Amino acid sequence: MHIAVCMKQVVDLEHIRIRPDTREPVLDGLPVKFGDFDKNALEAAVRIKEADQTSKVTVVAGGSGKLRDTVKEALAMGADEAVLLIDPAFEGADSGGSARLLAAAIEKLGDVDLVLLGEGSADEYSGEMPARLAELLGMPQVTYVRELEIIQGGGIRATQDLEDELEVIEADLPAVVGVTSELNEPRLPPLTAILKAAKKPVQQWTAGDLGVTADVVGAAAAKAVTLSNRAPEQTRKGLVYEDPAQGIVEVVKALRREGVLQS
Amino acid sequence: MSGVLVFSEREAVRLELLSGGREIASSRRPSLAVALLGPGDEAESCFAHGAEVAYVADDPILEGQQTDVCAQALAQIVRQAEVDLVLIGSTRRGRTLAPRLAQRLGAGSVTGALGLAIREGQVVAQRYSLGGNTVREVAITSPTAVVAVEAGTFEAARVDAKVDGAVVRVPIALTPSRARVIQHRKKQVGAANIEEAERVVCVGRGVEKREDLQIIEALVKALDGQLAGTRPLAYEYGWIPENRMIGISGKAVRPQLYVAVGLSGQIQHSASIRGSRIILAVNKDKNAPIFAMADYGIVGDLYDVVPRLTQALQQAY
Repeated sequence: MHIAVCMKQVVDLEHIRIRPDTREPVLDGLPVKFGDFDKNALEAAVRIKEADQTSKVTVVAGGSGKLRDTVKEALAMGADEAVLLIDPAFEGADSGGSARLLAAAIEKLGDVDLVLLGEGSADEYSGEMPARLAELLGMPQVTYVRELEIIQGGGIRATQDLEDELEVIEADLPAVVGVTSELNEPRLPPLTAILKAAKKPVQQWTAGDLGVTADVVGAAAAKAVTLSNRAPEQTRKGLVYEDPAQGIVEVVKALRREGVLQS
Repeated sequence: MSGVLVFSEREAVRLELLSGGREIASSRRPSLAVALLGPGDEAESCFAHGAEVAYVADDPILEGQQTDVCAQALAQIVRQAEVDLVLIGSTRRGRTLAPRLAQRLGAGSVTGALGLAIREGQVVAQRYSLGGNTVREVAITSPTAVVAVEAGTFEAARVDAKVDGAVVRVPIALTPSRARVIQHRKKQVGAANIEEAERVVCVGRGVEKREDLQIIEALVKALDGQLAGTRPLAYEYGWIPENRMIGISGKAVRPQLYVAVGLSGQIQHSASIRGSRIILAVNKDKNAPIFAMADYGIVGDLYDVVPRLTQALQQAY
């Protein structure tokens, strides 16, 4: 079985600073990494491969700049090879454009049976990619999957975690699956695996390699256009008491004054 | 703007979206319609909330609510109804359906929308971005826009004058899904509607043992509120029912009073509580990020502070 795992390189969200004057985020120079949900998807793929050594795991990674470094972690976790989608033409893509790009890469790989993604990316958490990708590839999709198994003789059985209910779904392959963090605990690769990962094949595909142009996948094709992206205005009172005894007295008074206690 | 079409598999969300559709498009007099996949029994409640037309598509293929066939059906309804804005409830099903439908229509989409407006004829939606650090404002430029809207963004309101709604049965042609539901079970979680609670107490990893939740439950009772938890407590430890999880991957709340106990307030969490009127935080680490977004804070060990706070609240009534 050939499993493609789509992963997105994002800035480390814990390090984002907000400019006080414009309330815009400062993203330059921040460390980058793959999102946690992406690693759950990769871990699932690697476990399938461990159970069936004829399987192959290819990481299809998007992002810029340091992607070649970032992908080493995915290879060390057990992916066999990686394809990096890097091209200035991809910049400014909306979810539709990104899905087209991933679909083109998966079609170029040719023989993919299962596409795995996280339930959402670490930064935007739109959750759009599994469904858009499945629609483009003409595959069934199961999202928010917390249990996943391969059925002997083909297909998958996946438990979809909806808010108040669980659904066990069987799907034919090829299929697209979006996973939640409950599915597994991603492994931390040992140093030896990290060293070995450097020898695994990494290809870089540009728009030309994929037969797509900027007017299909880039900013010009975007139908969801960002107007602004700022931190919300902070209008909280920020009265923090370091002496609990005083704090309790003052807080109860304040809550009553605010009228938020039951009447 | 010519027409708005609403779809959600949940009745409460469907009615909210109908009210929202009316609100955002009030001055432009577009048509307001609802799509119902199934027999269409819900049409009357939709008319009472302002829907003028209920497009009903009924087909045994739709029974398992597989997103790929639902998207096919909705795409056919969108074309027949000639709407330019589709509002879908941003449940996990809706978050999957909306992009699948959008891709099918070649449309731009936004999921997890917290706000929505029509500006210069364009649909503009707000959603959290960068893990909740920021709010991104997005304009959708395609002829049809698909927006998955978070529950609670609009308030469901019945219309004063009864709308004489029409039920339109749409003939649809569907390709069966290659995915099948083989088992369906309710989570053993009990009823909880933390989104509608006036007072919510949310606990995080600061609670050391499951039994210690008693301390928190006493506070919940004193406040006449609802108990909620962060993702680790709901999913990793299983101490809190999963339908009470607050966070960017769980529920968003906007109560009158939100009390954070023993949680640090990582950005993924704090984005989901921003709509709260008053935020109170109790944490032993005075540098915990939750204090930066709180109205009131008490620095201290929750095992010490919470019982005393509970007692003080009981005396306050």
